[in-house]
Amino acid sequence: MPELNYKKLDWVVVGLYLLLLVFGWMNIFSSSVKETGFLFKLSEKYVMDLIWMGSAAVIAILILFVIPSKVYPAISWPLYVLMVVLLVAVAFVGKEVNGSKSWFAIGPFSIQPAEFSKISTSILLAYLMSKYEFRFSNPKDFIRIALVIGIPILAILLEKETGSALVYLGFLVVCYREGMTGWILVAGILAVLFFILTLVLSPFAAILILTALAGVTTGYYRRKLIPAAAVTAAVVTLLAFLPRLMRIESLSFLGRLEPEVWAALLTGLAAIVLTVSSMIRRRSTVRNLMMGFLLGLILIFSVEFVFEHVLKEHQRARIEVLLGIREDPMGVGYNVHQSLVAIGSGGFAGKGFLGGTQTRFDFVPEQSTDFIFCTIGEEWGLLGTLFVLAVYLALILRLLASAEKNKDGFVRIYGWCAAMCLLMHVVINICMTIGLMPVIGIPLPLLSYGGSSLWAFTILLFIYLRLDMEEKSY
Amino acid sequence: MSPYQNRKTIVAGAIILAFAVMAFRLFQVQILKKEYRVTADNNAFKFETIYPARGRILDRNGEVLVDNKLTYDIMVTPFDVKEFDTLAFCRIFDLDTAFVHEKFREYRRYRTRIGYQSLVFKRQVTGEQYNMFVEKSFLFPGFSGVPRTSRTYPFNAGGNLLGYISEVDADYIKAHPEYRSGDYAGKTGMEEAYETQLRGEKGYSIYLRDARGRLKEHYLDGAEDKTAVPGVDVTTTIDGVLQAYGEKLMKNKVGSLVAIEPATGEILTMVSSPGIDVSQLSEINKHYRDLVTDPYKPMYNRAVMSPQPPGSVFKLVNGLIGLQEGVLTPNTMYGCHRGYVVGGLRVGCHGHPSPINLYQSIMMSCNAYYCYVFRSILDNPKYNSVQEGFERWKDYTASFGFGRRLETDIPGEKAGTMPTSERYDRLHGKGRWRSISIISLSIGQGEIGCTPLHLANLAATIANRGFFYTPHLQKDTPESPIDERFKERHYTMVDTSHFADIVKGMELAVNYTGGGATATVARIPGVIACGKTGTAQNPHGDDHSVFITFAPKDDPKIAVVAYVENGGFGATWAAPIASLLVEKYLNGEISPERKPLEQRVFDGNLLHKVRVRRR
Repeated sequence: MPELNYKKLDWVVVGLYLLLLVFGWMNIFSSSVKETGFLFKLSEKYVMDLIWMGSAAVIAILILFVIPSKVYPAISWPLYVLMVVLLVAVAFVGKEVNGSKSWFAIGPFSIQPAEFSKISTSILLAYLMSKYEFRFSNPKDFIRIALVIGIPILAILLEKETGSALVYLGFLVVCYREGMTGWILVAGILAVLFFILTLVLSPFAAILILTALAGVTTGYYRRKLIPAAAVTAAVVTLLAFLPRLMRIESLSFLGRLEPEVWAALLTGLAAIVLTVSSMIRRRSTVRNLMMGFLLGLILIFSVEFVFEHVLKEHQRARIEVLLGIREDPMGVGYNVHQSLVAIGSGGFAGKGFLGGTQTRFDFVPEQSTDFIFCTIGEEWGLLGTLFVLAVYLALILRLLASAEKNKDGFVRIYGWCAAMCLLMHVVINICMTIGLMPVIGIPLPLLSYGGSSLWAFTILLFIYLRLDMEEKSY
Repeated sequence: MSPYQNRKTIVAGAIILAFAVMAFRLFQVQILKKEYRVTADNNAFKFETIYPARGRILDRNGEVLVDNKLTYDIMVTPFDVKEFDTLAFCRIFDLDTAFVHEKFREYRRYRTRIGYQSLVFKRQVTGEQYNMFVEKSFLFPGFSGVPRTSRTYPFNAGGNLLGYISEVDADYIKAHPEYRSGDYAGKTGMEEAYETQLRGEKGYSIYLRDARGRLKEHYLDGAEDKTAVPGVDVTTTIDGVLQAYGEKLMKNKVGSLVAIEPATGEILTMVSSPGIDVSQLSEINKHYRDLVTDPYKPMYNRAVMSPQPPGSVFKLVNGLIGLQEGVLTPNTMYGCHRGYVVGGLRVGCHGHPSPINLYQSIMMSCNAYYCYVFRSILDNPKYNSVQEGFERWKDYTASFGFGRRLETDIPGEKAGTMPTSERYDRLHGKGRWRSISIISLSIGQGEIGCTPLHLANLAATIANRGFFYTPHLQKDTPESPIDERFKERHYTMVDTSHFADIVKGMELAVNYTGGGATATVARIPGVIACGKTGTAQNPHGDDHSVFITFAPKDDPKIAVVAYVENGGFGATWAAPIASLLVEKYLNGEISPERKPLEQRVFDGNLLHKVRVRRR
């Protein structure tokens, strides 16, 4: 093992980490301090947070200086399996908090395994994908990776912790970086988009848009953009008149089926014909596009089923509030409404440290944990929120850049995984508080109050810092 | 170098784009949208109203007529109420447990609507009860007391005049948007007339509260609070002692007694009988039903709201008009043989010497004399028609204030009625009526209605020899100056030189000892008082007894009218009552020889004579 060169430690990342911790503590203090002022009692969140931070520092030092980096690839499988077992176990024997069973209660402390399984998954992904013979085009490798990401997701969904499960989708970006086809990401984004379109507009409108998209894309790949666009436009326009045609008496037989069923039958039939013909002519792009289109149709028709039967009532309500389908500022929309009020009332420069009225007085629920961003928005204004965004952006980009500089695949992939975990947490949490995403309970890394989260992100980051330092020490 | 290196750029670009979207959204939420800031204020601040002390009402000598006393409203926040000792609670406030249970049943029923709000549980508990409650308040979580001022009346006088305050209702708030539910406002009398001065200005304390409505702390230690501005005291022109005495005189009689200081127009006393006892005013809600259903209508301020025919008192006005028109001189003699007879018409009169001059006509209150006078006014050849003469006559009466509102500061003042040409046209045919058709106006009967205040104003006008100040209830003080209109002299259309003759007649009516004078009962030892009796015919029962007087004759300090319904002759009840009031005011006490008269008045009960509609 070579001598460690501590000058090679990424002090920028350490600095940003500390900056977030200090700023986070100030806001936890502000949102939880009582009128009595500072009290050195363990029952006070801001005191407890100091203890979490102290323990995190010990962990960070252990990882940086004591634990050899060689162990990580070596223990990747056992660690991963252990974490999955814990994830499943917690769903059955865990403590129920806010409707999800994701906490182990150990004495006065609670530990959330979902926070830590991110680390084990990252290590295993780095280990598997950095193998020399690893190729995404190899179905065996592809399936293995899919399972490594998918199993924790399923286990966490079992705990009803949707938010943490979503974080794992960030690993798909790492896969993309490591050679997975980008189509999977595109398909995922499109699926979400059409889910929303179907809910907000109607299945019929979603089919028309899907048809237009498929037609133009096919034309683009066949290098016949203009004729394809013209044909598509004509088809879509004709289809758009379908509901009106149905009202004509002589065509009333059309009314036996809903317009979206007609549209799906007509376009679906055309797509099947095109798929078959493209298979014969071995035009794989058109075949893939048409199969994608057919999958899209299936998605649109399953939206209602998923929405009504798969999603829980509170999830449905949150999505409806977000999409503006339902307005309910005192009920389901309460959190988001109060959160927006708190952030909005901060204005440009905020109300000053300890000056917030919304966040300090329990208007915003979970103000020191999931909604800590509200306190920042209210007390520090736009300056504060943009500052936090900038720090996170700097941290994430710094990690990516630093990871890319590593010659060792394991370190690089692990760095990407850490960065993506951070990114998913930040984006989901902040978008939730500013009403761009449905309410999903997930902490803001290093800022939110909470021991599990702080420990998990400390471990995640400092393992990378150790790996990176060691790699660059050569 | 690993493959797919360009992908890091794509990912980095996507990340930056996502952060840009969030930054833009934050800009939108924090800078562009203003409504969040407003909601935040409503969320977080609780404005607690501080009620100002209402201004007091003082009498002209600084005696306090209306004061404030501190009471407490017991508030309840049903949301915070835990189980408590109902029995102990009821013992403190002297309540029925059933009442408490009923209240809480109600709160439970409307719990969603009530939410975290506080409601009034019991109004106006005494300071004593409140102290007992505070001692044990830890037993009753969710209950609290807020101080409120209510009215107290150290001086038992002027119930109708002072009026009452009560909590504003929805209709009132609609008409007066500056009020909020829970505010009190003057509803009648002076409380209503001087509401804007008396009420003061509400203040507020700002508290921060959390999402459950719990108060957290005093915002900025009260730096942004607004202190309440107490209401301004209003000094009335009323003489509390005299008012109380007047009320005593009018006890068990229906009618009014009004006294004015002629030199200023200040109302010294205004009694409407039967009236409201001040003890009922402070708890008006408790007594309201009884008061409005009382057949004698105690809420009704007869002095300004009840127009009645003035009777013979009005002869003074006709005499003055005759003098001014030149159709009458003090030495004009008319004969009277128990009445005035023209053709089939006869206006009766009592037996008295004949013929008589103007002074004697006032002294003896001759009806026939004024029939002549009235006809000579209307039939004056300088006017083309009776109608023109009548209009002229009407202009004169209007200059005395008859048939119109005097524009005093007393709420509910009525204009009274004076007949119009159109009315007679309708009655007799257009232009087909003559002075004889409307002869009853000559003696103050017929289609003429004036309030007691009109008559008191007439007394003051004659006392002033030809002018009056608009009667008013507010005294001019540096802190609350009165309206300029009360400082203006109003001259009648009759030349001031003519008043001396009328005054002489009034002097004789009271003081002539040779026989025939109608108002000798009103003579006051040591004071030369002037007066005129009236007996207003009443088709529904006994005649109304009327008397106007002022004294002393040469430097009048007080002008009084007494109007006693169903009191018979003017000299029977009205003259004693009015003169006793004058004597009390001028001398401070009643002379021994008039004590029996005073006792007779105190004992007199005319209520049985008054026909009332029982509900």
